[in-house]
Amino acid sequence: MEKSEIINKGTLVYQKPALMNDTPMHYCPGCSHGVVHKLIAEVIAEMGMADKAIGISPVGCGVFIYHYIDIDWQEAAHGRAPALATAIKRLLPDRLVFTYQGDGDCAGIGTNETIHSLNRGENITIIYINNAIYGMTGGQMAPTTLLGQKTVTCPTGRDAKLNGFPLKLTEMVAQLEGTSYVTRQSVHNVAAIRKAKRALRHAFEVSMQGKGSCFVEFVCTCSSGWKLSPEKANQWMEENMFPYYKIGDLKDE
Amino acid sequence: MEQETLLLKGNEAIAHAAVRCGCDGYFGYPITPQSEVLETLAALRPWETTGMVVVQSESEVASVNMLYGGGGCGKKVMTSSSSVGIALMQEGISYMAGAEVPCLIVNVQRGGPGLGTIQPSQADYMQATRGGGNGDYNLIVLAPNSVQEMADFVGLGFDLAFRYRIPVIMLADGVIGQMMEKVVLPPQVPRRTNEEIARQCPWASLGRPASRDINVITSLELQPEKMEERNIKLQEKYRTIEQCEVRYELLGSEHPEIAIVAFGCSSRISKKVVQIAAEEGIEVALLRPVTLWPFPSEAVRQLAERVKSILVVENNAGQMVFDVRYAVEGKVPVEHYGRFGGIIPTPAEILDVIKRMLNR
Repeated sequence: MEKSEIINKGTLVYQKPALMNDTPMHYCPGCSHGVVHKLIAEVIAEMGMADKAIGISPVGCGVFIYHYIDIDWQEAAHGRAPALATAIKRLLPDRLVFTYQGDGDCAGIGTNETIHSLNRGENITIIYINNAIYGMTGGQMAPTTLLGQKTVTCPTGRDAKLNGFPLKLTEMVAQLEGTSYVTRQSVHNVAAIRKAKRALRHAFEVSMQGKGSCFVEFVCTCSSGWKLSPEKANQWMEENMFPYYKIGDLKDE
Repeated sequence: MEQETLLLKGNEAIAHAAVRCGCDGYFGYPITPQSEVLETLAALRPWETTGMVVVQSESEVASVNMLYGGGGCGKKVMTSSSSVGIALMQEGISYMAGAEVPCLIVNVQRGGPGLGTIQPSQADYMQATRGGGNGDYNLIVLAPNSVQEMADFVGLGFDLAFRYRIPVIMLADGVIGQMMEKVVLPPQVPRRTNEEIARQCPWASLGRPASRDINVITSLELQPEKMEERNIKLQEKYRTIEQCEVRYELLGSEHPEIAIVAFGCSSRISKKVVQIAAEEGIEVALLRPVTLWPFPSEAVRQLAERVKSILVVENNAGQMVFDVRYAVEGKVPVEHYGRFGGIIPTPAEILDVIKRMLNR
């Protein structure tokens, strides 16, 4: 049976976004990246911004986002995406400019670029994927790793005396005068995905209206890094991540 | 703005020239001895005239990555800094070399290592001419030796950067940046429109119209075969630049006993040496590389056939002297003379070295 025989107008009830291509994703089963990618592609298309969107990909698992969503991209050095976004948006003010960054990228090596681009009120959106671990390099401790959480570089669990505390970057950036919309979302069930999509669209709209910087955190799973099944990873996230990283809007001006 | 003649510092000339040659964006962080570039731009307010963007960044790391973003959109973007800040930028420069992003970076050198001194130096020659960051790459390196060239090389730098999709470094020094000279500024060139950029730079990430494939600015390639292909393509580009873009100046005696090779502020001092040597009956030629990469190796080799020996004068512990010796291939003795830490040698001091080399 051919693909065209299975998928036709009569049987089609759901389809992938037009901006997503057929390249097979490299993400692990149970990983949240694919869902967030889908939301980005949907929102850009629904806003009619496909020809005006410029995304900046990070160093980390999300580096190859440009293989999956058919818009123009730039691939930044580790942590520097907000600096690229600053220049692109200043030079092309009518473009929809956003970065896609993990916790190591955005909250670790690139904290300085993150804070200062947001504090300048650049009209960009930072999409921040927080899965409390370094996925791509093999499950090392991240700035956001929870106390007691085991990783290959804190095998007995994160100890505040040795490693400090998990960083609440989103609470930090909500304090900045330059940010206009700051929110924390998740994509672990259908209701959450719908809410997250509305938040992402709002962020893109606010940045296009020139009202300042937007910051959208997604609390995400990393089943491979956490060494849990996709189902258990979702459960672990709800029980451990959500109490510390509380879901909801932190700022909407 | 029409052509105009002004008395300016080298750093100020860079700012004026940037606006006039249609630069789209300047991104910089203050550091002595080059802060006048950003200060002059802040006073000129080009965002009200040409629409040029000027941003004081939070660090040199941010500046260079702003260049990556802006250059990746096909915009004419530049930064300036001094040695310490340029060291911080090496990651971004390597990324731009790999992703073939054009941009202009001005290094008004000061003495090192470390925080060093705010006084002039030429100790970043190796860093600039060998790449400086990780991986196999080269940058086009222009070495101005006057305030006029500080202005002229901004336009030239952008032309070369876009012709070859390569970062261009203007390797100046604290002397050229701080001294004042008469300078003729070019008439205003309009900034390119987005439509012009899309035509001239089909690779630029300007936002994807339905008529073309996506553009991705990246240096990443995980498949070794493809990465090798990419490196081979870069190396072929560098060989073309070596063939087409060598620039130098040959001055002084036409029948020299000895030659000086010097760039930047050292070439200005060496020009005086040629003159006072002639007054004492010593015939000296001066070869000044204008491009430090590509290096004028063939000109140095030909010069070596006409002299007894060569003196390389540079304000460092001996860096360009390696390139000169490599070109000369041992045909004549090549010596180095340099001072460090912001000390500038006097012409008399250099003449003494020449006399010793000629046994006078």
